[in-house]
Amino acid sequence: MPSGVGLVETRRTVVFDGDRPLRLASGGEVPKVEVAYETYGELNADRSNAVFICHALSGDANAAGHHEDGDPDRPGWWDNIIGPGRPFDTDHFFVICANVLGGCKGTTGPSSIDPATGKPYGLRFPLIQVRDLVTVHRALLAELGIERLLAAVGGSLGGMQAMQWAIDHPGELDGALVIAASARLSAQNIAFSAVAREAIMRDPDFNGGDYYETGKRPDRGLGLARMIGHITYLSEESMREKFGRRIQDAELPRYGFDVDFQVESYLHYQGQSFVERFDANTYLYLGRVMDYFNPFEDPIHVQHQIEAGDTSFLVLSFDSDWRFSTSHAREIAAELRLAGAPVTFREIASPHGHDSFLFPIPDYHETVTGFMGRLARQRGIAGS
Amino acid sequence: MRPDLDIVAGMIDPGSRVLDLGCGDGALLETLMHRKSCQVLGIERDPDGFHACIARGVPVTQGDLEAELREIDSDAFDVAILSLTLQAVRHPDRVLAEMKRVAPRQIVSLPNFGHWRLRAGLALRGRMPVTPILPYQWYDTPNIRLCTLRDFESLAADTQMNIERRVLLNGNGEADRGPARLASNLLAQGAVYSLAG
Repeated sequence: MPSGVGLVETRRTVVFDGDRPLRLASGGEVPKVEVAYETYGELNADRSNAVFICHALSGDANAAGHHEDGDPDRPGWWDNIIGPGRPFDTDHFFVICANVLGGCKGTTGPSSIDPATGKPYGLRFPLIQVRDLVTVHRALLAELGIERLLAAVGGSLGGMQAMQWAIDHPGELDGALVIAASARLSAQNIAFSAVAREAIMRDPDFNGGDYYETGKRPDRGLGLARMIGHITYLSEESMREKFGRRIQDAELPRYGFDVDFQVESYLHYQGQSFVERFDANTYLYLGRVMDYFNPFEDPIHVQHQIEAGDTSFLVLSFDSDWRFSTSHAREIAAELRLAGAPVTFREIASPHGHDSFLFPIPDYHETVTGFMGRLARQRGIAGS
Repeated sequence: MRPDLDIVAGMIDPGSRVLDLGCGDGALLETLMHRKSCQVLGIERDPDGFHACIARGVPVTQGDLEAELREIDSDAFDVAILSLTLQAVRHPDRVLAEMKRVAPRQIVSLPNFGHWRLRAGLALRGRMPVTPILPYQWYDTPNIRLCTLRDFESLAADTQMNIERRVLLNGNGEADRGPARLASNLLAQGAVYSLAG
């Protein structure tokens, strides 16, 4: 599918610095925070048409379109849902996407230079939470002169940010779209996360997180973590259809311990290509952000927050997603409803597992389009 | 809005928490949200109805109402509504019991299969009746659990639900203030019941 928004660029801005450091929910501080972000479409005169896209674990600010030095056929990670005539219609909405705090794609994270030492933070970067990711998004919006969003949107970790945003900052979001997310990782989720973390930390090149200046990165560990993660992103059905038990580059098995089955080759490729574009420490930090996420820990507090706001929620799950299955989404919907929030919920049929939120599934996109159209009409946004 | 839904709306107190099982396009719930400041939730299986609810800003879950009911906490609502839907569910007795579990008040409306035209159609023509209120052929009807008003009242009693109010309906779904009261099970096209249990 051709890109809808065409040529785009990532911009950077410093949102916390000097006598105004980022204060974390844990009480810690990050003295300087720079944010990498992109925008698509035009902000309207009354600044009411802004939609914030929150990305998932391995995402970045390039949600749609392509960069000058990039391949136009390989646009941003959520290009199919952003652009003229698409569910996040850039003819009507001003769409913003920023790399998250702790990331490795331009926003301050463990690979950034610690001003105190002049060296990369590594594991000296403080532990962060979903609400800190939201704090940084809001600081970016303040820079852009936007006080209220038409919607905050995200899949997986992105959905967690949209949810936390709505709970922590009543009155800032007309709508929150929480897709393929969880309000509380299950023991199984945390177990997978633990194995991925172990893979990275046991890599001899990990060096306690200080690998930026050694010339050797924990690529084997990070690649393995990605392979494990990728298994949980696909469904059994999608793996069976994509690979079955077929042999890579041959008819007959070679019988041995090297890569033989197509699915093995695919996982290796995923692991290899991931290490070229991602930082192992960011993987550790954002993995932990998800493990500890628990926005409904204090239901009475959540109820007060929801009552103080007026956010409408759209909660979506996919029937083949076994990482954050429909039971996770039902739990989100039930807890938000218990707190008094208006919540629309739908389980979408899709074979693509957890990754479904990235696919242009007609029922899914139609539901998002309808929900966004309603929010826009409520705000009197022209042309919608 | 359908006239029978106006009658339902009239039975609901302002500020109630309302669950509508099989809420269709969400017209009733939209009215309750805006005119009575109710906190509402619809359940609708049909994608067109689901999308119509979204367009109206009515919170809704897409799914089968019998399955979705099981997901709802006890006493999560003040009123549970089942309008012209009882005849289309697989287990009407279980649905009534579940409605009682999730809300202390229930509103149920249904077509009356005991109406004389239907009885006459079956008796004289020997064919399953097709009428404006039950417009389907027997082989493709969603209405798989047809009953008379008397049947329903008997089931309500068995489920320990008290009938607090009953409004009889004419063929247009409006309140029938005519002679239907004299022999409701024969003359009313349907009824809206307000129940408590």
